[in-house]
Amino acid sequence: MRKFIAADPDRCTGCRICEMVCSAVKEGEFNARLSRIRTTWVTPYLVTSLACRLCEDPSCVRSCPQGALSVDEEKGVILVDEERCVGCGLCVKACEFNAITLHPGRKVVIVCDLCGGEPKCVEFCPKGALDLRTAEEIAQRNETFRKLLP
Amino acid sequence: MFGYAGRLLHVDLAQRRSKVEVLGEGFCRKYIGGNGFAIRLLYDHSPPGVDPLSPANPLIFAVGPFAGTMVPTSGKYIVQAKSPLTNLMGEAISSGFWAHALKWAGYDAVLVKGRAEKPVYFFIDDDTVHFIDAGHLWGVDTIETMNRVKEEVGGWDVEVLAIGPAGENLVRYANISTDRHRQAGRTGMGAVMGSKNLKAVAVRGTKGVKVSDLEGLMEACRELYEECQGPYAETYRVTGTPASLLFHQTVAALPTRNWQDAVFEEAEKIGDKYVGERWVVKAIACAGCPIACDHLTLVKDEGGEVLASVEFESLYALGSECGVGDYPTINRAVDLCDRLGLDTISTGVTIGWAMECYEKGILTKEDTEGIELTFGNSEALLEVIRKIAYQEGIGRLLSQGVKRASEIVGKGSERFAMHNKGLEYPGYDLRGLKASVLGFNTSTRGGCHLRSSMYDYDLKGRVDRFTAKEEYGRLVKEREDLWSIFDSLMLCKFIRGILNTPDQLARLYTLVTGFETTAEELQRAGERIYNLEKAYNVREGWKREDDYPAPRIMTDPIRSGVAKGAVVTKEEFDLMYKAYCRERGWTPEGLPTKRKLLELGLEDAAREVGVPEGV
Repeated sequence: MRKFIAADPDRCTGCRICEMVCSAVKEGEFNARLSRIRTTWVTPYLVTSLACRLCEDPSCVRSCPQGALSVDEEKGVILVDEERCVGCGLCVKACEFNAITLHPGRKVVIVCDLCGGEPKCVEFCPKGALDLRTAEEIAQRNETFRKLLP
Repeated sequence: MFGYAGRLLHVDLAQRRSKVEVLGEGFCRKYIGGNGFAIRLLYDHSPPGVDPLSPANPLIFAVGPFAGTMVPTSGKYIVQAKSPLTNLMGEAISSGFWAHALKWAGYDAVLVKGRAEKPVYFFIDDDTVHFIDAGHLWGVDTIETMNRVKEEVGGWDVEVLAIGPAGENLVRYANISTDRHRQAGRTGMGAVMGSKNLKAVAVRGTKGVKVSDLEGLMEACRELYEECQGPYAETYRVTGTPASLLFHQTVAALPTRNWQDAVFEEAEKIGDKYVGERWVVKAIACAGCPIACDHLTLVKDEGGEVLASVEFESLYALGSECGVGDYPTINRAVDLCDRLGLDTISTGVTIGWAMECYEKGILTKEDTEGIELTFGNSEALLEVIRKIAYQEGIGRLLSQGVKRASEIVGKGSERFAMHNKGLEYPGYDLRGLKASVLGFNTSTRGGCHLRSSMYDYDLKGRVDRFTAKEEYGRLVKEREDLWSIFDSLMLCKFIRGILNTPDQLARLYTLVTGFETTAEELQRAGERIYNLEKAYNVREGWKREDDYPAPRIMTDPIRSGVAKGAVVTKEEFDLMYKAYCRERGWTPEGLPTKRKLLELGLEDAAREVGVPEGV
């Protein structure tokens, strides 16, 4: 099973430092809009961060009319062919996790690539809330998070 | 520029127009950001003697050079205007993703002028400013307003600040909310917003912010994040500010029943241990904060579920100050204040004063329209809070703040009106905190613990807290200047155990902005900013007497506990005050001199309010 970046909602405080680290590493600036990870409030006292879940049969890939998205066979991350992507946003709508977003400047979609296996957000999270986990691990390890799974 | 957006947004509510003014490097370096920008703009744009609730009073929002970056605790904004509570400089600081969003939209500050004909909010969408009718939101509470505005203008990336009914109804200590639980609480900035018919300000920023040395900054931040998990921020992390309650109780510094005592017999029941075990559900962080001190409490009872962010100051003001030792009541009272848009400190201290008046027969059942306004009456507390926000019955009087209310009621009640310059005191019994008593009263915004936080000295044993000494004058001056740097860079003071020297701050400033800056330059800027605030106050009619502590602090000794008998005499205060003025380079009467203002590069202030030497 593939490992993706997941937050432990018992530890996540909603500070959004992960978003800032992500945009800094990927785009050289601080800008939540350019982050591949996004903090989401589930209730006023339940918060977590979501990035690409590396789905086995990704709805984003299926939804793309341009054939711009594909799955990296080895790592499982979503590859974006920026030549083909026209920024139509259908994949953004298709993703159940709001984990793929449109780059407001370049008009192409951006998505977590795990920083080549050593994600900076995980490294910087001050509360150690982020980790690489499989969906199963999350379900087993975390009662609260299980409720969030579809 | 790096760090800065280099732009100021002017908004004219009457004309529904906006324009952008460029802020150059010179201005940025001279005033740093946040507090410095805001006081400079306030000094320049408010006509001398302006009525705080008139359209001519400018309302200024500003962020610092670190806002929008990963610098820990940098998600802060300041709001300044002339205060309807103190008639002097008003100022409130809060955290919020709003600060980040404003920077990402490309602004360091927003200056709002005029009054909209009818209720309105505006939405800053990067370079476009939309003015949107807010008639349907008038009367709606702050949390609901923020949610609805966010939905209306669309999107997860919109951040909103808003006022509640109290601001609309011009309660003099109405506040401004962001992020559900964060308030720019003090000095009535919500009333100024209300007087402009301005319900909310929404921002979406997609431009981001670049820093000069990204790699260097990331390394520096990694270390700071780690330190924030260490011993210096432990109390904030594990318990949050409520930890102060039982500590103040132990050292007899917990003002109780309108400062009639400094020990509260029911403190245990509202203390952090009891509350933590029963009601704390989650620790959350402000924007970009690695500490996460806010411990939300969820209380379920017959009245339903109430989720609130109860800080120490609210525990004091709505708890011990009003003699209320029932946590569910305080939790509900805080939620009520937050939703209605009331500053909990001013609300609690004003009600505490009214309770003493009632028990002494100065206010009668007729005045309160049948409310049994005695200390410890939970129902009365909640009812009066509502009445204040809606200006009903006794609420009309109390909505004026304790200074005005006591002047209206008279009968000696001014003697126990617990404020300085009209701003109600926070929860530090100053009679046994003699470095604090100086700093809380020289404060440019009135009775405030955050202009110098001298309790760090008193309560950590760094000075003898029962003895007034001349050296406190220097300590207060240095702290005020340092805090002016903090409030201009816009960092949370809760990181002060980790990030506290001008050298550290200058290094971060250079990493972000690329401007090579020394600690001395920053310190000079801090002093400049504080002097400009003082000059503004002098221009608006500040007098030497305004800096004296409330009468009770100088006449009624603490009754019990380890501080029993403590009081601050006029002689003691004068001794420290003179030393303070000397350190500041002001006249012994607390007036800034021409020489000092010129030395700090404040030519206009020197000309307008500077006192020649030897007068």
